[in-house]
Formats: sequence, structure tokens, C-alpha cells
Amino acid sequence: MKTEALYFAVRNTKLLVGAGIILVLLGIGVIGPFFIDKPPTEYVGMQMQPPGGEYWLGTNTFGQDLWAQFVHGLRTTFLVGALGGGIAAVIGMVVGFLAGYKGGWIDEILNMLTNIVLVLPTLAVLFILNAYIGVRSAGMQALFIGLTQWPWAARSIRAQTFSLRGRDFVDLARLSGVGSGRIIMREIAPNMSSYLLLTFILLFGGSILIASSLDFIGLGPTDAVSLGLMLQQAHQWSAMHLGLWWWFVPPGAGITLIVGALYVANVGLDEVFNPKLREL
Amino acid sequence: MRRYFGRKLLIYGLTFFMAVTVNWLVPRLMPGDPVASMLARARVAQPEAQEALRVYYNNLFGFDLPWWQQYLNSWGSLFRGDFGISLWAFPTPVADLLTRAVPYSLALLIPSILLSWVVGNRLGALAARRKVLDNTVLPVSYVLTATPYLWLAALMAWGFGVVWGIFPVAGGYSFSMTPSLTWAFLVDLFWHWLLPFASLFLVALGGWAIGMRNVIIYELESDYANYMSALGAPQKLIRRYAFRNAVLPQITGLALQLGVLVAGALVTEIVFSYPGLGSLILAAIQNKDFFLLQGAFLFIVLGVLIANFIIDVVYVIVDPRTRVGMAGAAA
Repeated sequence: MKTEALYFAVRNTKLLVGAGIILVLLGIGVIGPFFIDKPPTEYVGMQMQPPGGEYWLGTNTFGQDLWAQFVHGLRTTFLVGALGGGIAAVIGMVVGFLAGYKGGWIDEILNMLTNIVLVLPTLAVLFILNAYIGVRSAGMQALFIGLTQWPWAARSIRAQTFSLRGRDFVDLARLSGVGSGRIIMREIAPNMSSYLLLTFILLFGGSILIASSLDFIGLGPTDAVSLGLMLQQAHQWSAMHLGLWWWFVPPGAGITLIVGALYVANVGLDEVFNPKLREL
Repeated sequence: MRRYFGRKLLIYGLTFFMAVTVNWLVPRLMPGDPVASMLARARVAQPEAQEALRVYYNNLFGFDLPWWQQYLNSWGSLFRGDFGISLWAFPTPVADLLTRAVPYSLALLIPSILLSWVVGNRLGALAARRKVLDNTVLPVSYVLTATPYLWLAALMAWGFGVVWGIFPVAGGYSFSMTPSLTWAFLVDLFWHWLLPFASLFLVALGGWAIGMRNVIIYELESDYANYMSALGAPQKLIRRYAFRNAVLPQITGLALQLGVLVAGALVTEIVFSYPGLGSLILAAIQNKDFFLLQGAFLFIVLGVLIANFIIDVVYVIVDPRTRVGMAGAAA
């Protein structure tokens, strides 16, 4: 099974292209800051320089190096995406497994809660939370995003658990006196591990998009530079009207590339795990 | 059907109840004295306004009352349509500001949501199982759906507005005009509306096309499709049946996507300085106008709930199974 998945994985162009783009950008975000000795917000030189040899992505109206901001921004964006997506995936799994496996009134309550959070417009809730509580670090931002993003994951995991619950091997485990927690961890979760991975990837991408909206509206972290914050500053200081396209094109392209690559890799992975979708 | 609507309405009622509770609770979780910090953070210059606000806040929060009474009072003022007074646009009531902004937001949201849904579904249905179309529509759709709303809006404003100068890049209408029911004004209004609408439409389009393509492929592999082609039914007919079945999950998807679409519209409005709720929220955040922010929040929640209910009604009309209570959308 493992080797079979690997066999199809290395032959799946969608997965390879998607994963390749993500790895390159992740590499830039992780390693890049070590090659930039100045903090990304420092005023390094000439203002409003177009991209060139010295400043790869040019400088903004304050004379800040946009490449340095981009590199640090990639790091924050990946961090918020992974953390926010991770938290949402964990909550979604706990709620989904519990509701789907336990059934009965636990299911009723959790399902009701899921549906409530599902119809609440996430971003509006985040506005209120961030504005009042004053989320000012990337970690807090990710936490709040995770806390509001989980419902659809919980819903689909619940449905999957529901269909696995009645299988013979689960009944057998229950007959031999294994506890619910162990059954979920040992019998149910491994049977939908590929599905859980896909869910996490989608949540990862979604968190990045939500974070960029939050940053743009002025509720981003103050202790870090992110791609969304770059867009916010570019808009605030009218980069559009000044013709400083190198201020707002690269960060948006970065977000689009990351999220797009995640989605494409997701489709590729789906084809790897699901024999029905494979193109032979 | 009764059960279906009962369950839905219960969820919406609970959601609204939760939203109001969060709205009431969060300011009370804010560290320190909320009234003092609000006054300090509100950039109000006139001393009379300051004093009026202090009295107003103390009355409004009623901090000397027991908490349950404060909570009930907040519901009372909500039902009277009293959202408080804006600090940013003092002394305009928040409700007035919001009702002035909502038509602009709706004018962007409703056409872009409906059109992107219809066109996206058609496009996805066309692309499914057709090599050439699939290889063009699908990649484009993935790029569109991964694009942040605000970035496409910024690109379009820059390209069409600044570089080519065809479209205006800011406002709901030209500053030289006063709102009136003349042709010149309506044309101006339309011209300002077009770019924000187009960027919202495009980003939303991708997701619907991808979703529809996937569902159609699934439907074309189902037993009834195989059976029909075994009987020799024309491919066109089979596709039509598949489309009708595939529309159902897309309607559910529309309900699930509403929050994301509204969020997209808010940031798009900010990029174009379009005078809708998004720009109000930005002003509220920049000026620490918490009443305005909370009012906008409740408006958005209420709007999304109403839209959800409309979609539920549409679902019942479209899918007869929900009417007889056989199956249908999960609550």
C-alpha cells in the first residue's frame, strides 16, 4: 500500500508541480532570512526604486527593501497557514470523530455546534475578536483562525467516521473491550488518513487566504511582516496610484502561488490515494 | 418538510443568539476599563462630545447593573434598532451609517454571487470529461480560486484604472456628482460598480467551475448515466440529467461559501474605497469605533442568516425529496 502510493506519487505531475512550488517558496521563507542581515522594516536606501540588481524587488516609499519583506513575509504566511490549518484540523478531527463514533446526544450537540459555527461569517467574527482582544502576534492570529475554520472539516470527518463505525473490524475491536479513544486512533483514523491529510492541506490554504484578508484590513500581527501586511501597506500608502507595482504584485503573487500550489497538490494527492481518479 | 425547516430555523436562531452574545461578551473581556479605553482610543476632539460619550457609554453598558440585566438590555436595544452612536462619524447613529452602506454592498454581492454561480456551473459542466476544455478551464479556475480577493481587486484597479485609465479606481460615484435619478449619475454609478463587481465575480467563478466539474464527472459515472447510455440515449441528454443532479450539491455549496463571499466583498470594497460595509469596517477599525464595528458585525450575521434561509427555501423548491421528507440536505 505504502509503496503503491509512492509509485503513483512520483508519477503524478499535479502533485509534483504543486509540491515543488511549495517547497521552493518554503525554502525561501525558511532559509532566506538568514541571508538578509537587516530587519525587514529597516530603511536601507533609496526610496521607490524599481526592482534591480541591488534590491531584487525594489524599495517602497520609505526606502524599505521589499525583497527582505517578501522573504520574511513568506515565513509568517507559512507559519500562520500551517498553525491555523493545524489547529482547525485538530478541532475538526476531535469533533468529527467524537460525533461520528459516539452518535446519540453527543452527536446531536456537536452537530448543532458545528452547524452554528458553520453559518457564522468567519471573517466578521474575527474582526470583532481581533479588534477587541487585540491580536498582535502571528501565533494568536493563527489560533483565532483555527478556532473558526474547523466546521466543514468536522462535518466531513463525521460523515466518514459514520460510515466506518459499522464495519466488522470496528465491531471486533469493540467486542474485545478496546476503549473508544483507542478504537478511533487505531481502527478508524488510519483508514481515513489520506482523507485527513487532504483536509489539512485545504485548511492550510484557507487559513492563508483568511490571514491575508485580516492583515489587509489592519488586523494583522504587529510583531512580524507578512505578505498580507505588505499588501495592506501598499494600499495604505497608495502604491497603486504611484505606480509602484513591485510593492503589491509580488506579495499577492506569492499568496496565490502558495494557495494554488496547495490546491493542485491536493488534487494530485487525491489521485494518488484514490484509484478511481487515476489517469492511466 | 416541517421538520427540515424547523431544524434550520432552530440553528439560525441559535446562531443569531450566539452572535449577539459574543458581541455582548467580547467588549467585557477586554482588559481594563472599557469605557475609559474606548474614550482614550476614540479620536474625538470636542470636549462636549467626550462628555456626551462617557455618559452615553456608562448608560449603555450600565455597568452598575447586574450582568444579566445588562445582557437583557442589550437585546432590548437591539430590537429597537438601536446600535449606538458612531464615534468616527459622531453624532450619526450607527444604524444610519449601516443602512446607507448596505445597498452598495448588496449591489456588489448579489449580482456577483448569482452570476459567478450560474456561469461557473455552466463552465464546469462544459469542461467535465472534455479533454481540451478541461485542460484550460481547470488550471485557470485553480489560479482564480487561489487568488486573494484583495489582490485581484488591486491588480484590476491598477491595470484598468491607473495604467489604462479606463475605469475610476475609488468611490461609489464621482465626487463631483450628487446622487440623483439622472442618466448621467446612473451611468457614473455603474462605471464605478463594474470593476469591483468584475473582480468579485472572477475569483468566485473558479471555485464553482471546479466544484461543478467534479460533481458532473461523479454523476456521469453513476448507474443511471451508464444505464441511459446503454439504452442508447444521446450524450447531450445524459449530460442534462447529470447537470440537474449536480446542481443540488452546488446549492448547498453556495450556502457554505456565503461567509467567504461576504468577506471577499468587504476587502474588495476597501481596495476600491467603495462606500459599502467593508469601507465602514475599515474606518471603524482605524478609528477604534467599536459601536460601528459591532453594528456591522450584527448586520453581516443577520444578512448571512437570511441568505442561508433563502437558499434553504430554494433547495426545497428544487429538490422534491425534501418536501416529502424522504431525504435531502443534511441539517
